[in-house]
Amino acid sequence: MMAMFEPAVDTTTPMAAAPGALENAHARVVLDDWERRWYGEPRFNYELVRSYEEAVFALREHGEGAKALAGGQSLVPLMNLRLLRPSALIDLNGIGASAPQLDGGRLWLSAMTRYSQVLVSELARFQTPLLTTAIAYVGNVRVRNRGTIGGALAHGQATSELAAVALALGGEILAYGPTGTRVIDAEEFFVGHLKTDLRPEEVVTGLRLEAAQPRQGSSFKELARRSGAEAIAGVAANITLSPERDVIGGVRLGLIGVDEHPVAGDRTVLSALVGRIPTPAEIDEVASQVTARTAPVTDSQSTASYRRRLVRVLIRRALTEALERAEERASAE
Amino acid sequence: MSARQVTLQVNGVAHEISVTPDALLLDVLRDQLGMNDVRYGCGEGVCGTCTVLLDGEAVSGCLVYAVQVEFREITTLAGLLGEDESLHPLQEAFLRLGGTQCGFCTPGVILTAYSLAQRMPRPTREEIRYELGGSLCRCTGYAKIIDAVESYLDDRVLASEETRS
Repeated sequence: MMAMFEPAVDTTTPMAAAPGALENAHARVVLDDWERRWYGEPRFNYELVRSYEEAVFALREHGEGAKALAGGQSLVPLMNLRLLRPSALIDLNGIGASAPQLDGGRLWLSAMTRYSQVLVSELARFQTPLLTTAIAYVGNVRVRNRGTIGGALAHGQATSELAAVALALGGEILAYGPTGTRVIDAEEFFVGHLKTDLRPEEVVTGLRLEAAQPRQGSSFKELARRSGAEAIAGVAANITLSPERDVIGGVRLGLIGVDEHPVAGDRTVLSALVGRIPTPAEIDEVASQVTARTAPVTDSQSTASYRRRLVRVLIRRALTEALERAEERASAE
Repeated sequence: MSARQVTLQVNGVAHEISVTPDALLLDVLRDQLGMNDVRYGCGEGVCGTCTVLLDGEAVSGCLVYAVQVEFREITTLAGLLGEDESLHPLQEAFLRLGGTQCGFCTPGVILTAYSLAQRMPRPTREEIRYELGGSLCRCTGYAKIIDAVESYLDDRVLASEETRS
């Protein structure tokens, strides 16, 4: 159901070799366990906090090596493989989450909201159908039961479906730190490989997304090697028709797996679609130009060249479907 | 001393144990409480063999620390057995339809299917596939596993219709 097989794209490009990063993981685990038994000391300190204020205080107190723990579905695997060794975990699970809410034309998701809570929310399905569609692709049922909105954003994985949606729906990330609350545009939030604009003592408190409008359509397309596996690439598209006539008024793309971090589709290129209804050839041309402005990497999932070919197809399909849906909704008015 | 006393509520029984904060729920259940129906597979939350139910929801035991789940209701496969250790109807269905071979993935698969069955009266085959997508099986093959889950759900629907009529 989740992964689609697409022989028309390319099936001949060889996949990349296994990543070197994991080579010594097993040796590290063995050594770590041995050390732990020998000294009888845990690998990290642990503190459960009940508010964001407490979290920021604890992050400060425990210093540089401290990490905030939310759902733990990305952080704990890295720790189990000893690719990450924080000196302290500040557990945010004592902080409550509210159900998705509508707040002045925007959907508000509190940081500790689990994916599974969003998936069952009728409000989210109605107000941000793109979100519900996209996060159904996230991991497996256990990841969705435990993984959180704030944790996924703070982790900043290059293939995060949530990030694609945040970029396509003008997302704003709220972060709380020693100097108070900061609002960060999704486009400025993701800055590098597993790197966000978040400062060491800041924690994400929530995400705001633009709610769907009547003359709008969206689409999410992703390809993964197995259903539930990390995406090779994915595209979230959101198209708004202009209020007066049936032409495109605005278009936004969130792209994952095409760079070291999630990126928005190039605005200048996409503006070529505004003010008209593009032909399939024109959509393909825009898809090709957006792709040209991305910088895919080669990793264990796929090669850069395969990604480049793939993402152009995904962009074309996502734009086409989003446009169809926007037109459908406009004609139903 | 950084170890702490925690009370784990597993299959309806409270266990008071001493754990360090870096002890995974999986390791505590297996090594300290001797529950061999929770299994170490990949340690990354991908394979599903360490699945336990946390307040009825499937989670990976390898991605949760034991100190995080104090006083929460933890269910392993053994928790589905009847009072006289009789098999759960879902387990019966797996035996009847050949839904298990080596049995390594079976506890995780059954617990995941069970939590789905608690949420939905009769999920479609596609919905079952989606739910079980995170439970890897390397020998039985998924068709028979899904057959077994469907058979259990159908039996349950029939049983509830009979009691109504």
